[in-house]
Amino acid sequence: MAVIEIIDLSRIYGKGEISVRALDGVNLSIERGEFVAVMGPSGSGKSTLMNIVGCLDRPTEGRYILDSVEVSEMSRAQLATIRNEQIGFIFQSYNLFNKATALKNVMAPMLYDRSRKRSNEEKEARAREVLISVGLEDRMEHEPTELSGGQQQRVAIARALVNDPAIILADEPTGNLDSRSGEEIMELMHELHQGGRTIVMVTHDASIAEHTERTIFLRDGRIERITKGGTVQETKEVASESV
Amino acid sequence: MNLSEFIRLAWESISGNKMRSLLTMLGIIIGVASVIIMIGISAGTEAAIEEQITGLGSNLVFVTRNFSRGGPAAFRQGGGLVYEDASAIADNVNGVVAVIVEQPSTETVKAGNVVLDGVAIRGSTADFPSVRDIEIDNGRYFTEREVDRTQKVAVLGSSLAQELFGEATPIGQTVTVDNIKLTVIGVFEERGLVSGTDFDAQLYTPITVVFQKFTPSQFARFRGDRVRAIIVEVEGPDVLDSTIQQIELLLARRHDVTLDAADFSVTTQQDIIQTQEATTAAFRSLLAWVAGVSLIVGGIGIMNIMLVTVTERTREIGIRQAIGAAPDDIRWQFLTEAVVLSLAGGAIGVLVGVGGSMLFGALSDMRTVVVTSSIILAFTSAAVVGIFFGFYPANRASQLDPIEALRHE
Repeated sequence: MAVIEIIDLSRIYGKGEISVRALDGVNLSIERGEFVAVMGPSGSGKSTLMNIVGCLDRPTEGRYILDSVEVSEMSRAQLATIRNEQIGFIFQSYNLFNKATALKNVMAPMLYDRSRKRSNEEKEARAREVLISVGLEDRMEHEPTELSGGQQQRVAIARALVNDPAIILADEPTGNLDSRSGEEIMELMHELHQGGRTIVMVTHDASIAEHTERTIFLRDGRIERITKGGTVQETKEVASESV
Repeated sequence: MNLSEFIRLAWESISGNKMRSLLTMLGIIIGVASVIIMIGISAGTEAAIEEQITGLGSNLVFVTRNFSRGGPAAFRQGGGLVYEDASAIADNVNGVVAVIVEQPSTETVKAGNVVLDGVAIRGSTADFPSVRDIEIDNGRYFTEREVDRTQKVAVLGSSLAQELFGEATPIGQTVTVDNIKLTVIGVFEERGLVSGTDFDAQLYTPITVVFQKFTPSQFARFRGDRVRAIIVEVEGPDVLDSTIQQIELLLARRHDVTLDAADFSVTTQQDIIQTQEATTAAFRSLLAWVAGVSLIVGGIGIMNIMLVTVTERTREIGIRQAIGAAPDDIRWQFLTEAVVLSLAGGAIGVLVGVGGSMLFGALSDMRTVVVTSSIILAFTSAAVVGIFFGFYPANRASQLDPIEALRHE
């Protein structure tokens, strides 16, 4: 079943003659448990697409259905709830709170969780559990400045996972990392995928895109082509078994 | 997100920027402290006035001649209060404990080599100490009999006794007042300045001595001795009104005037306190305005810093929005921060204000009273200022576009 359903979606900035169609009639469907890469030159509309998929922005035209819920007409407050419960962001520059420990950073999304009534102890236990799952059991009380780039990105991944979202949105997750840390992060992404997570990842790097099942190429606000990723075909079978 | 989380976040932010937070709070600190100190000073002044007035005995009714009504014309015709009015009140009015008459004069007083010019002489009657609530420290006060017989005796205020006789005992000594020799029979205890009158620097003598020797009047023989004031002590506050009524009717009949054109006026201590308070109330509201303005200035300081904070923390706001903070969450976070900032400023301001009031009272002649309601008022105002001036920056933060905010460096 499709977790993301995008129908005739356009995003137009400005009005009249100076208006720009950043996205122009995009149709896209992403299945639950899929690992998808989005590629394209700058100005192709991939950031705009990611913003809309991440519920940070609303489409001008068309529909966006996330996990069977129409979100294109939602208010800012409703979108905030969707982001909190359904979407886990992983940014190129980590975007952690620098004055808070890894544990506090991972607990942050749970502060805004309105539907699950968890006590502070439960929240902390959940954050510890996720931090352990990304291999940071001995770094929980460290602040981001005391961690390496790879470790900071692991904290960010743990934060993205903590509310158990429907999709993970990764924007150039290895862009700020050296190649070895980058590989480790990609391995972690694979593990998540194998664990059944739906992951949408923006990247410039074709070799990174090769890790995924499908790559969506954007150009001038339209989907230019979609290719099947090569190396992960086997993983998909593993994933479908585990789901 | 619950309130305790917002407060924790606010506290982390405030304590993470101690110097800036302190400077921001300074306006509120000064505002709150000045509210408390200003109210403390005016309340102290009022309390001092009230104490002075009630310090002159309690449950008193003051009957004074009324120049504005009777006027000098009435005075020439022989109007105004006379000595006999006092005994008439004592004999005819119910609820009266004692009546005293006072007649002042100013004379030169000599004792041995010491000569003092312009000493206040207070002619009075035997009940003066009990009605005026002053006690004899040494010797005795004069009796009714001595008043009736115009005995040339004197009781000295404590500082006057000191000036005239130094350490020597004044009892039995002679003082010369305007060539009249008076024998000192007593000295009052120290009383201090009461309602602007220094009771310690006065000389007290039977009122009959003052009539005969110091303020003789050619009308006295057929109209009675004119007096400045008759002071009536009544049994208690509950009979005050009926006593005043009786006195007014009695005196109007005796003076053959209507109440509307009375040549005397009857006031109570409460009336005097109210008159005095009317003066201090104007003073107090002026002070309150000044203090209020400084609170507003403090609030503008908070708004200014909160706007800077919101701009500085745009990226943080973006991250919070991305992980699920709704506009309300962001608004509450920054509003809480502004309110915590101003309440912390308010709390420090209360300490400074209370300490400042006490210090001010200790170091200056003015009396200060720390009024509990002023603390509550100042603290509440600080909270209101925080909410009012914190709302705009907080609202601005809540309206930030998440994409723009995340892109902010």
